[in-house]
Amino acid sequence: MLLESIAPRIHQLVVHAPLIAKKARPGQFVILRADARGERIPLTLCDWSSRDGWVKMIFQEVGVTTKKLASLKPGEFVEDIVGPLGTPAEIAQYGTVCVVGGGVGAAAAYPRAKSLKQAGNEVVAIIGARSSEYVILEESFKGVCDELFIATDDGSRGFKGFVSQLLEKLLEEGKRFNYVFAAGPVPMMRAVAEVTKPYGIKTVVSLNPIMVDGTGMCGSCRVTVGGVRRFCCVDGPEFDAHQVDFSELMSRLSMYVEEEGRALALYEGASFDEG
Amino acid sequence: MKRVPMPKLPLEERVRTFKEVALGYTEEQAVAEASRCLQCEKPLCVEGCPVGVDIPLFIKYVAEGDFESAVEVVRERNSLPAICGRVCPQENQCEGRCALGKRGDAINIGGLERFVADWELKRGLRIPEKAEPTGKAVAVVGSGPAGLTAAAELAKFGFEVVVFEALHKPGGVLTYGIPEFRLPKSVVEAEVDYVKKLGVDIQTDVVVGKTITIEELFQEGYEAVFVATGAGLPNFLNVPGENLCGIYSANEFLIRINLMEAYKFPHESDTPIKVGDKAIVVGGGNVALDAARCALRLGARETTVIYRRTEREMPARREEYANALEEGIRFKFLTQPVGFEGDSSGWVREVKCVRMRLGKPDESGRRRPIPVEGSDFRIPADTVVVAIGQSPNPLIPRTTKGLAVSKKGTIVVDPETLETTVRRVYAGGDIVTGAATVISAMAAGKKAANSIKKALLGS
Ligand SMILES: Cc1cc2nc3c(=O)[nH]c(=O)nc-3n(C[C@H](O)[C@H](O)[C@H](O)COP(=O)(O)OP(=O)(O)OC[C@H]3O[C@@H](n4cnc5c(N)ncnc54)[C@H](O)[C@@H]3O)c2cc1C
Ligand SMILES: Cc1cc2nc3c(=O)[nH]c(=O)nc-3n(C[C@H](O)[C@H](O)[C@H](O)COP(=O)(O)OP(=O)(O)OC[C@H]3O[C@@H](n4cnc5c(N)ncnc54)[C@H](O)[C@@H]3O)c2cc1C
Ligand code: SF4
Ligand code: FES
Repeated sequence: MLLESIAPRIHQLVVHAPLIAKKARPGQFVILRADARGERIPLTLCDWSSRDGWVKMIFQEVGVTTKKLASLKPGEFVEDIVGPLGTPAEIAQYGTVCVVGGGVGAAAAYPRAKSLKQAGNEVVAIIGARSSEYVILEESFKGVCDELFIATDDGSRGFKGFVSQLLEKLLEEGKRFNYVFAAGPVPMMRAVAEVTKPYGIKTVVSLNPIMVDGTGMCGSCRVTVGGVRRFCCVDGPEFDAHQVDFSELMSRLSMYVEEEGRALALYEGASFDEG
Repeated sequence: MKRVPMPKLPLEERVRTFKEVALGYTEEQAVAEASRCLQCEKPLCVEGCPVGVDIPLFIKYVAEGDFESAVEVVRERNSLPAICGRVCPQENQCEGRCALGKRGDAINIGGLERFVADWELKRGLRIPEKAEPTGKAVAVVGSGPAGLTAAAELAKFGFEVVVFEALHKPGGVLTYGIPEFRLPKSVVEAEVDYVKKLGVDIQTDVVVGKTITIEELFQEGYEAVFVATGAGLPNFLNVPGENLCGIYSANEFLIRINLMEAYKFPHESDTPIKVGDKAIVVGGGNVALDAARCALRLGARETTVIYRRTEREMPARREEYANALEEGIRFKFLTQPVGFEGDSSGWVREVKCVRMRLGKPDESGRRRPIPVEGSDFRIPADTVVVAIGQSPNPLIPRTTKGLAVSKKGTIVVDPETLETTVRRVYAGGDIVTGAATVISAMAAGKKAANSIKKALLGS
């Protein structure tokens, strides 16, 4: 296990997992547990080497599990890692494509940009963050994109505003895309879907509902797509953005905010006592 | 003649904790209960036992106080007695046939089986002799009762056995489904430990079909594969509002509580669960009752099970139904949900229902429920658990070329050998039968192990 901070409260985790590395495809994810009492949480496979047997995930500290992961010491292990889960992304030659990553969603967007490039597409990427120090994977994207745009909420880097607004600007300026992929916070994916809809551009998003097993056993991850119930962990995580019921996803994601808050307070209190 | 009553945890304590409800017989109680057995010449109980345990013989040993011999008799046919003694639907099996049951109380065969198995666990499990190593390896997929039994048998035959389990803990439904108060996890862990001591390697966190395929298992050198992946896919009602917050599938509810130990959140577990004042559980089987009794223990003020047929048709074990009633769970029969209403933040607030009446018997032999027109009504709810059955997980069939499945998605096997339509791939348990019982899964594991032995060793 190797852990590296790549931006404030954003970390890169590399785990030796040869079976997962051998099978990993863009669009897939793993589920891990930080310790023996830990929750199962999904993280997107950002990069991997089937030859050397490692997989890489990038995560943001938001609650107990991600904070526990962030505090792993060199040589320590994550308790469990299982994968690769989810249906691999459909990668085809579309022509000119735009890959949009909001915040830590850039970690999910990167393997998609890479594979779309390998499939012969012209790849334009837009990555966004709150402000310049939160921009991640810039160099990696440069290596697999024909053009890279950066947006920050406060304008400290690149375009001032949201990634969806930048995408809208590009479209208004006459840029044409045959395919758009977006990953990030739900409001951002919803905004991207709204921007591309009038243009009739095929748009795919990577959804992030609350998961438990990740193998289709529990239905916690159910989402409504085109009026039909789908299990995100097996049928997804990627779906047609114009068919997704984003409001339902938002409300389901908030199901445990109160409990998560209590758990975090308890955890931070405890680590404060120790430290 | 009355049976010796099973001691239980006091009701006040029961409804607040996850401690086991039935405490088990003491030696004196077990001997007394066993002494009631008539030692029938043609014991009907044995016919009722799906694995044919020599029931009168083991009971005779218990009556004589020779628990060691009693255990041996049980173990000969049943490799998970501490589990079966607790969760088998004895009233439909051995006890349902017991000669004493015609005029009084049937022998508490389950209680006695549990007694001898617990006696053995306390003493420490002895590892039986294994055959000479065969030099051949067999893979087992899934670590529920079917997988664990097959693995143990195969190891005894001298095979190298590796079990692949998708979750982070072995045991299948025994671990993630059946709650602690009915089947303590320490009992499941002891049985898993026994299988490991036989030399079986259990690899958790491996999803066969994703992490590795069956085809690849053969490439790795395994000469046969036993698929025992259970019926883990939750069925939903498919009515409006079912994705509102606060509505769980029974699987999610029970996985959070049992596998993830959400009842210890936040102090000893990081996985949350949310149970409001009014909990509604939809269904009438063991799964529904387990969910309802969990909801009660997690603080629901009012827990109601709604079932579309009547008490008589409920498939749950009678003992657990009685326990649930004692604990204050309410039942609303002949009731079917047709939708859910939520509040502005997306949380469930009401279950919309219709009343049912019973018509002619259906394929299952039970009378078919028919909606009564114009009988709509609403029940307030802030937690709902949908426990209306599970289906087989399609992951392995989808990723294994040539593996035939039925219309219901169960894997098709030769009933004699349990071999599937793919050579040297066997299947058994809920993945073949659909959701059934622990004992039938165990029996399938045993049968498959024998077929595999025959196929690979020729005898
Ligand atoms: C397919 C998928 C891929 C993901 N990939 C990434 C990634 O590459 N990098 C990254 O930083 N995050 C990713 N996430 C989100 C990540 O799983 C959550 O941030 C994480 O679970 C939070 O856990 P916590 O204990 O730290 O925080 P908590 O305090 O428990 O939760 C914070 C918020 O995270 C969400 N969440 C909580 N538990 C879960 C759960 N079990 N499953 C999913 N979401 C949950 C909820 O919205 C919650 O309000 C992904 C989610 C999904 C479904
Ligand atoms: C809540 C509940 C209560 C019950 N109560 C009773 C009772 O009181 N009495 C009774 O007799 N029966 C009861 N049953 C039914 C009984 O538990 C099942 O019939 C029995 O467990 C089936 O055993 P199995 O080995 O076929 O499958 P399971 O126990 O379902 O085990 C299957 C295992 O395979 C794993 N798996 C699935 N897919 C994969 C894959 N692709 N790769 C690797 N691993 C995989 C699963 O994670 C699981 O651990 C109950 C069931 C439930 C859900
Ligand atoms: S049927 Fe009842 S009384 Fe007869 S041998 Fe079996 S357990 Fe004993
Ligand atoms: S996470 Fe359980 S079914 Fe998808």
